[in-house]
Amino acid sequence: MMNASIAKKNVVLAPPSKAGDAAFKLLTWCMAMMVFVLVALIGWELWQGSELSLQKFGWRFLIRSDWDPVSGHFGALPFMFGTFVSSVLGLLIALPLSVATAIYLTELAPGWVRQPAITLMEMLASIPSVILGLWGIFVLVPWLRDHPFALLQKVFGFLPIFGGHIYGASVLSAAVIIAIMIVPIITSISREVLRAVPDSQREAAFALGATRWEVTRLAVLRGSMRGIFGAAMLGLGRALGETMAVTMVIGNSPDISASLFAPGYTLASAIANEFSEATDDLYRSALFELGLVLLLVTIVTNILAHLLVGAVSAPKHDAHA
Amino acid sequence: MIVTQFPFHCLVEKLVTSLTCYSAQASKMKIRRILMKLGSLAAGLVLAGAGRAGAQLLVNGAGATFPYPIYSKWFDEYSKVDPSVRFNYQSIGSGAGQKQILEGTVDFGASDGPMSDHNLAKAPGKILHVPTVAGADVVTYNLPGAPALRLDGPCIAGIFLGQITRWNDPRLTKLNPGAALPDADILVVHRADGSGTTYIFADYLSSVSPEWAGKVGRGTAVRWPAGLGAKGNEGVTGQIKQMPGAIGYVELVYAMQNHLPYASVKNAVGNFVTPSVASVTAALAAAAIPDDFRFSMVNPPGADAYPIAGATWLLVYQQQRNAEKGRKMVEFLKWAMKEGEDMAPQLDYAPLPPALNKRVLAEIGGIRY
Repeated sequence: MMNASIAKKNVVLAPPSKAGDAAFKLLTWCMAMMVFVLVALIGWELWQGSELSLQKFGWRFLIRSDWDPVSGHFGALPFMFGTFVSSVLGLLIALPLSVATAIYLTELAPGWVRQPAITLMEMLASIPSVILGLWGIFVLVPWLRDHPFALLQKVFGFLPIFGGHIYGASVLSAAVIIAIMIVPIITSISREVLRAVPDSQREAAFALGATRWEVTRLAVLRGSMRGIFGAAMLGLGRALGETMAVTMVIGNSPDISASLFAPGYTLASAIANEFSEATDDLYRSALFELGLVLLLVTIVTNILAHLLVGAVSAPKHDAHA
Repeated sequence: MIVTQFPFHCLVEKLVTSLTCYSAQASKMKIRRILMKLGSLAAGLVLAGAGRAGAQLLVNGAGATFPYPIYSKWFDEYSKVDPSVRFNYQSIGSGAGQKQILEGTVDFGASDGPMSDHNLAKAPGKILHVPTVAGADVVTYNLPGAPALRLDGPCIAGIFLGQITRWNDPRLTKLNPGAALPDADILVVHRADGSGTTYIFADYLSSVSPEWAGKVGRGTAVRWPAGLGAKGNEGVTGQIKQMPGAIGYVELVYAMQNHLPYASVKNAVGNFVTPSVASVTAALAAAAIPDDFRFSMVNPPGADAYPIAGATWLLVYQQQRNAEKGRKMVEFLKWAMKEGEDMAPQLDYAPLPPALNKRVLAEIGGIRY
């Protein structure tokens, strides 16, 4: 009797409407599209803003190295150079540090060390970059100048990259600050990646008689390369656009110098520094174009990184399978 | 992935920077600025509430950062004189101030340099330059024992052109017979951000050194032949304090409030003058000022005039579109020229000398609404 009535009710019920699903799909699709629209709009605005400069200099803007607001000659090369060198160097310093930290935290650290260390790492990530910049000017750069830089020059001074006068504020100082800023992001993503490796894999390796190092290298790191690479790319993305702290320690001179001790300039710093007082149309337009170049550099770096990740990780997948 | 890695944090950072840069700088002046800003914000909120009830008129302005402390003080004091109007001023830079007045998005602009003929030609109406106060750049340095330094135009130009590179250069020792100048490199520090301070400095160097005028020229940002750049007065000061042998230029107000050592500079008459509010006012009095008030006051021929000085301007349309706002603005400008100018020395700005003040008042009288 009961069953029959329930069955009857079920028959009477209308089939669930698909309208809700469709609306939900549309809504999420719109939200997802917003991101594309936003980037496209930013690109379009930058393109519009840099029209004058594009007309005047064309693609040569990318290879011109003079930046003279008074006479109206502009070129992006020194800024691209500074951005590239400081970011890549920063990444090179940060990557081993971050990966080692992540390995220690996931594989080796006792519980009472792990949680405080993770919390501290997150705090490091939330320090405003202007604070790091001030600390850079007053503490880090003078120390770097008097000790590590002086030592580097003493030992490797015959190399052009360690030659020249040591001001303190320099491309290398900027790279160190960038490294400090991107260590937290690379570490925390790498940590997540390493944590995602199933324990059974570690246990299997231990069961085969592997040492701690072999377990880490074979069972944990090998499968995580792609993820760690992704973390490094996120770090690089942040490094490329990093503005405030870099401005404060890089020395802000649009010169291309072989020495890492020489002051340099980055795309983001130039925009931040010069935009507010750019009274001339061409000048403002050239600054817009620097923004456009920064956007393109970021996108191209990301595409290259993805291709690289693909190339690096493909054989590893085979090994897994 | 590509999309998510676009540096949005750049944009966010700019916001954060503009908010945090105030809290970061520990100097008294900055703290005073914050307090003023907070004060005006709080006052603004209160007044905004009151305004809805009493139909308070809002006059918007934007531009130069250098005169921000005094403008902020003026607007605050003036709200007591005439509670029916509230002035809102955003110190976003002279370039932005000029752009916004040209586009008519603000009721008045403010700039540390006069507008160029090219920019003025783009304006829909005649823009008047109203000089308000003057300031100066000082040459500050980091030398052991902080000896008093005397410099002249050719020496300063030589240092910033990268031609005088040692502290014991004969050209420097000749000017400073008593001082023990070390046998060390001169490290030049300049502003990296475009600024009115740089404009005054480059303007001065262009007037004393033909080589500077030809190679570098004058502007809010220039191509520096030597040294490294730092952001803001505080950035330049920070770098100089950290580098023995460094030399650079900062605003007089900033140098006085932070007790930095600064050089006395030989003026056009041949006297060595120490920068001060009085010597900047003397420079204003000695400068040749045309009727449109677009003047440069570097190296004027006054006996007591400090040579590296410059004025700052408010920019207003001669023909106001909104009669009510125009009337309020003229009333305010007249008040600023009388009572407002008296407050300038307290904040280390140089007021206009009486003769110039009279001429500016006549100009203000010509604003129509």
